Amino acid sequence: MAKKQYAFYPGCSSQKGASASNYLNSFGLMCEKLDIQLNEVPDWNCCGASIAYAEGGELPRLVLNARNMAIAEKEMPGQDMVSGCPACWLALRDARGRFEEHGSMKAEANECLKEVSLTYNGTVKPRHMTEVLIEDIGYAGMKAAVTRPLDGVKIAGYVGCQTNRPFGIAGESFENPKYLDKMIETVGAEAVPYDQKVTCCGGALAFSEPEKSFKQIRDIVESAYDHGAQVIATPCQLCQANVELYQSEINKKQGTKFNMPVVFYSQLLSLAYGGDLKQTGLDGQVIRADVLEKFIK
Amino acid sequence: MSEALSQANSQAIARYKNNFLKEVEERVEDGHWVKMCMQCGVCAGSCPFGPHWEHSPQKLFMMIRAGKREEVLSTDSYWLCTSCYNCIVRCPRKLPITHIMHGLAHYAHRLGTVPPAQPGRAIAVLFWKNVVQNGRLNELTFSLKMYFRDGFGQGVKNAMAMQGIGLGLVKTKRLNPMEILGGHTCKDKGGIQRMVAKAAEIENKRRGMA
Repeated sequence: MAKKQYAFYPGCSSQKGASASNYLNSFGLMCEKLDIQLNEVPDWNCCGASIAYAEGGELPRLVLNARNMAIAEKEMPGQDMVSGCPACWLALRDARGRFEEHGSMKAEANECLKEVSLTYNGTVKPRHMTEVLIEDIGYAGMKAAVTRPLDGVKIAGYVGCQTNRPFGIAGESFENPKYLDKMIETVGAEAVPYDQKVTCCGGALAFSEPEKSFKQIRDIVESAYDHGAQVIATPCQLCQANVELYQSEINKKQGTKFNMPVVFYSQLLSLAYGGDLKQTGLDGQVIRADVLEKFIK
Repeated sequence: MSEALSQANSQAIARYKNNFLKEVEERVEDGHWVKMCMQCGVCAGSCPFGPHWEHSPQKLFMMIRAGKREEVLSTDSYWLCTSCYNCIVRCPRKLPITHIMHGLAHYAHRLGTVPPAQPGRAIAVLFWKNVVQNGRLNELTFSLKMYFRDGFGQGVKNAMAMQGIGLGLVKTKRLNPMEILGGHTCKDKGGIQRMVAKAAEIENKRRGMA
């Protein structure tokens, strides 16, 4: 079968040695089994994420995204531009939408792009990796590649914010999106009922306002325990990092005994497709997911 | 607000006199939406950090219309926006509330009216500088600058408090100490810097802030 081709925008946190490098490590086997080929956008830059706005005005933030899309248009014409990162995806979609709505802003962006000898036409469609899986591969397609069903594992599907709002996955509701639960069940695990699935983890402010964010993270972890989950799964790098890394701090400050592994959906898929520790990126968990590792002989 | 008004702030006051709504409409990102707010309060009730906001978005919109310029521009409320986009998807009038909050933060930063040592501003400014310098974020230098923003002593304290997390990340290859030497960069970082500078120049001109 011919592989499906996509322009790929990894984003800063997925790079080698960055905080979500294990997320990207879990893509290789998953994409191979699903006949997806990711072609990295050459010399891509940061999207600006959600906290660039203090120093970076609207147009400076938009041109960062225009540059990435312009490179994809030029180097990988006709391919959708896929990111695994909700913030990257959101920034690209937001930029594309504003350019579509305001032709004058698109003209201004192109004026700026002269500095890097590029032109933005608006022909590339930004997509999140979960969209590719759901819409292009489908749940049945994801299921067909399973060789190692994750029987008996109870997972809380934590969608978080930016894969869900303001754009979200087509056909899903903002308040109770179901796609992550469906993906969990597709690989043979059990999606537990989970009332904090769209709660904000604090985002980038976990860094600047840790105490306020700890309340959010505590709710997210506590609810997973309350519903019998053994693992939390998420489609977002920042959700993963915040919810995993700050559990030890919350334990220290609030006397809790949290030790809940937090993994990416792609790690579940690559595990169910037969991946080893490295291919699943499970060697990158600060809180090891023993309940998942036990599937790896 | 400090006694010595920044030049940008004095110029804005002179230009818009008592018409703060007009000022916001012309100069703040998506500010033209402010008059559409019907004061239902859904945004206020949807915000994850809502209890910590001095003024909710709902209240800020009414304060803008009431001309409470100094109160709006010197609050730290919108610096507590986590960009969760709850307010945007729930607003019955479809105001891009998150964007307006970001826009107000940017404008207050430009005018120099932000409360001193506001941590949200500190992180946001450091993030942008880090990104524009190399084209990509260097998580290590960004974190260190954040921890050491209040001087060396406090920095050591902050870094010590977070050392468990840092070591966990290093062990799992999710933080590379060698990034201190520069780390990931874009080949055309010079071009990116020129492009961003050009964008700032165009936007400043359009908003009358050149």
